[in-house]
Amino acid sequence: MRHLLSTADLDRATAIHILDTAAQMAATQSREIKKLPTLRGRTVINLFFEDSTRTRISFETAAKRLSADVINFSAKGSSVSKGESLKDTALTLQAMGADAVVVRHQASGAPHTLAHAGWVDGAVINAGDGTHQHPTQALLDAYTIRRHLAVAGGAGGGGTLDPSGRDLAGLKVAIVGDVLHSRVARSNVLLLRTLGADVTLVAPPTLIPVGVEAWPCRVSYHLDDVLRAEQPDAIMMLRVQRERMGAGGSGGGAFFPNPLEYTRGFGLDARRLALLPEHAIVMHPGPMNRGLEISADAADSRRAVIVEQVANGVAVRMAVLYLLLAGDAAEPKLVDERVGIA
Amino acid sequence: MSSGPVLPPASSPAERWAAPSASTGSRIVLGAPEIGRALTRIAHEILERNRGGAELVLLGIPTRGLPLAHRLADRLAAVEPGLDAAAIVGSLDVTMYRDDLHRHPTRTIGATRLPPSGIDGLVVVLVDDVLYSGRTIRAALDAISDLGRPRAVQLAALVDRGHRELPIRPDYVGKNLPTSHGERVWVLLEETDGEDAVLIETAPIKGESR
Repeated sequence: MRHLLSTADLDRATAIHILDTAAQMAATQSREIKKLPTLRGRTVINLFFEDSTRTRISFETAAKRLSADVINFSAKGSSVSKGESLKDTALTLQAMGADAVVVRHQASGAPHTLAHAGWVDGAVINAGDGTHQHPTQALLDAYTIRRHLAVAGGAGGGGTLDPSGRDLAGLKVAIVGDVLHSRVARSNVLLLRTLGADVTLVAPPTLIPVGVEAWPCRVSYHLDDVLRAEQPDAIMMLRVQRERMGAGGSGGGAFFPNPLEYTRGFGLDARRLALLPEHAIVMHPGPMNRGLEISADAADSRRAVIVEQVANGVAVRMAVLYLLLAGDAAEPKLVDERVGIA
Repeated sequence: MSSGPVLPPASSPAERWAAPSASTGSRIVLGAPEIGRALTRIAHEILERNRGGAELVLLGIPTRGLPLAHRLADRLAAVEPGLDAAAIVGSLDVTMYRDDLHRHPTRTIGATRLPPSGIDGLVVVLVDDVLYSGRTIRAALDAISDLGRPRAVQLAALVDRGHRELPIRPDYVGKNLPTSHGERVWVLLEETDGEDAVLIETAPIKGESR
């Protein structure tokens, strides 16, 4: 693994290796001294062309816990607002010696371009590109599901056994809401399927992307039916991305008549929460629109693992940074050359 | 993932390197009885030096240090009444503290588990299979300082093959094995490899050294 661009690139063994590494990283984060010397001297650049709170802070925390140097770059207030291209920005970063570039961009495929155009030598980590992929979010979701559910042989084990080495075979996951604009949904469908889970997408027809037939999942337009019939082990509520919906009259653009109707059809409230099996967990990638896709009852319930997802995000990103940056077969030669010159 | 001769049957698939069987250009220097006797002697030395086992914690360095630490703890408990073998053993993974991470393909991180007592104010005995350059032990000392402040740290190794690169010496040694840099020392244990043996492989092979 040289870059992390898409969950489509991860096979089962690699994905499980990342999750196992994340578990060890998480164990170090309960210590009094959380900092590890592992990536000392490495530089990680957070290159954010799009607004983000938790992903950027999560990557920054992860890199700092591993002793890497972190440089934050956001498009606002930089030369990008003067019209600098992605290429020139990338070349500037390369000149500063980045070992890894964490990139979020509003255009799908920007991280791929960055990784393959030869502008930067370092590892490229996709932190969300347009409506395409957000692999570390999917990995932290899978990690969270595995911690809670993949213990005693599939659905609802609920024990505290060590889940390392396990996949998510046999678990049922419902992903509900704005699938059309969601890179989280795309990443999760592929990764959860790779790990053996059954994924059902639930959304109004207007928020289901064209070509969804090719995805390895089921699609439903009725949340109540799915909750009753499938009894999912985990339900993932997606944020309604109104900023991507254009200027619709009453808030939903052309995608749904009004927020209240969306909430009635696809919001998770106390009544729907009661339909879920006892062991089921409620997830949300954040930031939440309370009262729209998820009610306060559901968001604050005992089963909600939304805050835990954020904590797990740091561990998963530490694992990804470790696996991409720590070992490098090509590195010894470079080091020896530097020593030789010195 | 690993290459080379076939693993003994009980090996875990996550094993990073494959040990040779006794037939492939390597000779056995310690068999199961010798390993057992060495561990029993080390256990007695530990008790003698620390005047009992009351304040001891044994930290095994994965992969093969951990089963050795468990065996030592069993022997301590057998001699010292009132000592709970399971409660004084922990594992200490040093991967993230190594100074050679950039020189190798990415290593898998092992588990670090401290005994319930923690390590503050206690005597920590580090347990590893082979002592070579001393760099693993340096990493272990760094890892320990992040976990707490033991009263003292001691080092037990089943095999000391020499060629130290750092000012580190063991407190307890099972067997001193004079070796050359080209040779490789393999420690096989029942728990990880299905048999107890220490082998020296004379044919120089490329790859990581321990």
